[in-house]
Amino acid sequence: MSNQFLEFEKPLADILDKIDALRGASMGDVSLLKEIQSLESEEEKLRKKIFSKLSIWQKVQVARHPKRPHISDFIPRLFNDFDELHGDRQFADDASIIGGLASFEDIPVMIVGHEKGRETSEKVKRNFGMAQPEGYRKAKRLFKLAERFSLPVITFIDTAGAYPGVEGEERGQSEAIAQNLAIMSQLKTPIIVIVTGEGGSGGALAIGVGDHIAIFEHAIYSVASPEACASIVWRSSENAPDAAEAMKVSAQELIKIGIVDEIITEPSGGAHRDYDEMASLVKKSMIDALSKLNQLSTEELLERRYQRLLRIGS
Amino acid sequence: MNWLTRLIPSIGKEGDGAKTKKSKVPDGLWNNCPACEAILYQPELEKSLFVCPKCDHHLRVGAKTRLAIFLDNGDFEEFGSKLKAKNILNFKDTKTYEQRIKDAVSATGENEAIVTASGKLRGIDIIVAAFEFRFLGGSMGGVVGTKFVLAVERAISEHKPFVCFSTSGGARMQESMISLMQMAKTAAALEKLKEAKLPYISIMIDPIYGGVSASLAMLGDINIAEPGALVGFAGRRVIEQTVRVDLPDNFQKSEFLLEHGAIDMIVPRAQLRSTVARLIGKLYKNS
Ligand SMILES: [Zn+2]
Repeated sequence: MSNQFLEFEKPLADILDKIDALRGASMGDVSLLKEIQSLESEEEKLRKKIFSKLSIWQKVQVARHPKRPHISDFIPRLFNDFDELHGDRQFADDASIIGGLASFEDIPVMIVGHEKGRETSEKVKRNFGMAQPEGYRKAKRLFKLAERFSLPVITFIDTAGAYPGVEGEERGQSEAIAQNLAIMSQLKTPIIVIVTGEGGSGGALAIGVGDHIAIFEHAIYSVASPEACASIVWRSSENAPDAAEAMKVSAQELIKIGIVDEIITEPSGGAHRDYDEMASLVKKSMIDALSKLNQLSTEELLERRYQRLLRIGS
Repeated sequence: MNWLTRLIPSIGKEGDGAKTKKSKVPDGLWNNCPACEAILYQPELEKSLFVCPKCDHHLRVGAKTRLAIFLDNGDFEEFGSKLKAKNILNFKDTKTYEQRIKDAVSATGENEAIVTASGKLRGIDIIVAAFEFRFLGGSMGGVVGTKFVLAVERAISEHKPFVCFSTSGGARMQESMISLMQMAKTAAALEKLKEAKLPYISIMIDPIYGGVSASLAMLGDINIAEPGALVGFAGRRVIEQTVRVDLPDNFQKSEFLLEHGAIDMIVPRAQLRSTVARLIGKLYKNS
């Protein structure tokens, strides 16, 4: 268990270990129960303190936390009747992107998102959430399907980036991403984008063009991974923490420059501490965003989406 | 580095500057082919459009030279040239971003990594953009995206075909997310061009990677590459580190792209004018 704690979470892990040990020994001993209670409040206070002032590099680690909730954790908590849809109809089904139809608050929606996988075998199957062209083409197919039946699209972003490989290049990784950007910019249905963990580069943006962009409190989003940026700019991937700071990858920085519209608060200690609470916070954000977007005509929606893109960097 | 460039440091590596900055210095008259090392005489090179007469290697040329050799009489009217990048993220590595821009401006004489203009191609009025690779590796920041969109919007409002010569290392790290979003911004503008039923010819010039490859460069109604151009999403080195395989020699070269269906054709530089004019002539009816 304690290997699931990040370096700066270790003080918390120590307290939690103590609590566990006391629980095992207490057997209803009143003085020990009091001791447990005081340790619990100590842990909570310390947790709040640590997480209220994370450095950007620490946020990168939280965003990549091994227990970070993934789309597979959110689907059963947010939606009913999920029917997963597979394949790009051209080459394969890419398991690093999950997509399908579901009900959200009794309305049908299309869900698309990266899935990194958790256990080793699942990580391999899902290619650590790094999609090949067929993953983006499956997403494109589902976007077009959603448009035809006027279903809102909800995407969940959590990827280190598109997969850099020989086959991907042969099958047109660049073209697959480019097509998604083009199609999403004009898709005649509302698109909500939620960056839950790691928003890495074009591989993230390929399902990330939309009308309402929300990001988790400790999630990150950047043009390249801090490691990649560091090796390009500093000529050493060891400068990744510097790169993360310089690229201003945190939610708090991104909202200042208009890249994202909303920060979804995480439970104290990060999303990985309480999947249910995290899901209920996401749900609230989705309801608000959908009801706002539903008031717009398709023309207004698309014009707003276009103008929002034009503003960035001009 | 060879004996010639060591002796004459003023020689531009990429053989740029022929039409716009007439080489006054005799030093700049000689150059080397980066592929076969043949010694090339600048006036000859200009005549061959900077293609090595010995090995057919297409040398890199600057954006303005590119426009001059592509458009009728070498004439074009530039627009948007005053737009300059700002350091919105206050990015600093070993140098500040402001300093890097300043250095790039003085090295290239351009204010940004793309030049946008109107001109004529065999009598057809067109809007054309050309990336300047020497400006921070042709990377796409907010101003590059904005100028590209301005060009597309002008093509729409003036009802003209649009041609872009892309050559770029990809995103501009110093603008992080602002840079990434230019991929979506340029792609969105191209969708508007499509709606207006105007053709977009994308011409891929060595090299194109990352964010520019995965957006505007791949979205041409017709995708053309010069011979031997390297175009890909991830660079060769990144792929080799990730998958640890030996990559074929022609990996990501124009010939590889054609074989895998990413481009319509490979066109030598000397035939670009006639080919593009012919294609536009078939797609575009000037009403
Ligand atoms: Zn040569």
